[in-house]
Amino acid sequence: MKIIGKYFIFLHSLFIKRESFNTYIRLTLDECIKVGIDSIFIVVIISTFIGAVTAVQTAYNFVTPLIPRYVISLIVRDMTLLELAPTITAIVFAGKVGSNIAGELGTMRISEQIDALEVMGINSSSFLVLPKILACVLMYPLLVILAGNLSILGGYIAATLTGEMTPSEYVYGIRVDFIQFNVTFALIKSIVFAFLIASISAFTGYFTAGGALEVGKASTKAVTSSCIAILSADYLLAQLLL
Amino acid sequence: MIEVKNISKFFDDTQVLFNINGKFLPGQANLIIGSSGTGKTVLLKCIVGLLSPDEGSVFFDGRDFHNSGRSEIQDIRREIGMLFQGGALFDSKNVEQNVGFPLDMLTKMPRDEKLDRINFVLNRLGLANSNKKMPSELSGGMKKRVGLARAIVNNSKYLFCDEPNSGLDPQTAIVIDHLIQEITEEFNITTIVVTHDMNSVMEIGDYVMFMHKGQMLWEGPNSDILNADVRELQEFVYSNKLMMALREQSS
Repeated sequence: MKIIGKYFIFLHSLFIKRESFNTYIRLTLDECIKVGIDSIFIVVIISTFIGAVTAVQTAYNFVTPLIPRYVISLIVRDMTLLELAPTITAIVFAGKVGSNIAGELGTMRISEQIDALEVMGINSSSFLVLPKILACVLMYPLLVILAGNLSILGGYIAATLTGEMTPSEYVYGIRVDFIQFNVTFALIKSIVFAFLIASISAFTGYFTAGGALEVGKASTKAVTSSCIAILSADYLLAQLLL
Repeated sequence: MIEVKNISKFFDDTQVLFNINGKFLPGQANLIIGSSGTGKTVLLKCIVGLLSPDEGSVFFDGRDFHNSGRSEIQDIRREIGMLFQGGALFDSKNVEQNVGFPLDMLTKMPRDEKLDRINFVLNRLGLANSNKKMPSELSGGMKKRVGLARAIVNNSKYLFCDEPNSGLDPQTAIVIDHLIQEITEEFNITTIVVTHDMNSVMEIGDYVMFMHKGQMLWEGPNSDILNADVRELQEFVYSNKLMMALREQSS
């Protein structure tokens, strides 16, 4: 409970004694490149393969001819939109970006760079953390959109190349019984997950005390805590919104 | 002038500072000395506001730092420059960006004027042509000098140095000491240096405070330190062979 209280006080501190608006724009754009552009490669690889594997494994489990083949792509689509694109990518994002945020802030803490900012009269938490959170919240939904498209494309490639489905069957399955809200739901999840990953990782890194060993521990803890928070939020959002 | 009144600090149930008092005058190098773990850095952090004292006050030219409003604290902080033990340079910025950072954040100075000021300070500290170097490319002494440049670039009225000589060879340590003293006199800055290096004490210590186990046991000019009648101070001063040899020679 004490840690949760400290986390909310930390979040509050991001919005007091802020620097100029232009400073945040510049810092946020820099962070967008770090958290967004630099994550594209891993997101492309993972989402394409997840889509392909989902298609192949779904086809493998369809042993009865009573179910039409287009259901395979329907399942790939819905699994991608509801779970794979926002949640699995979030776990990967926590591993890449979350650990990076915690490590960076932890190193700044132990090497007194955060103290240097405070001595200058700069609100270090707001200056360092707010742009990271904004960048994650802006960039992660775009990564999820990319991941969703690539996952469905990966399923298409796998299903058609293995001969499980014809291209027209796959496209038909993608379009049939489409619920638009699923896309909205995926984007809501992506914003919530991005906020959780960035804020929890920043919180863990910002309060690191000790040396290099503690920075390593903080990075690990940031990823673990972010994953737990993502899965808890995933369940809550599913209960509340579906 | 910086005045410290009745500063006490606790960490949980452990008291680390006991009712510390002192006055630090501008234009002179004020040294806080003592063995490791005596509370020197804690006192320094209480003075600059990185820690809040549990009792007592710190006055910057009469302004009560810890009992002021947010904007007044900001105003005082913008007059403070600090050299940290490891330099505390921002890893992602080069020398020019590190030194220019306080100007970027705290002033609306035009770009050309800013660059002139950065180059002036870098030249003054013997760092000409180092503008584009990254902190990872700098030696320990250069890092300290860049940290010092960043601390004074904004015409700071108060300069704080935490163990400026730690990790440096004796020659470089003397260079850093002299730079601190020259800058202090040249710009009439109120400088407080935390150190346990007796060479620094003898080289630049205009006014020296000796701390032992969280208490201030002695204060005065460095010329009096060798003859001070405080056992803990004597043990501290004459803990190395060079100082002992000096004492034997003089006696």
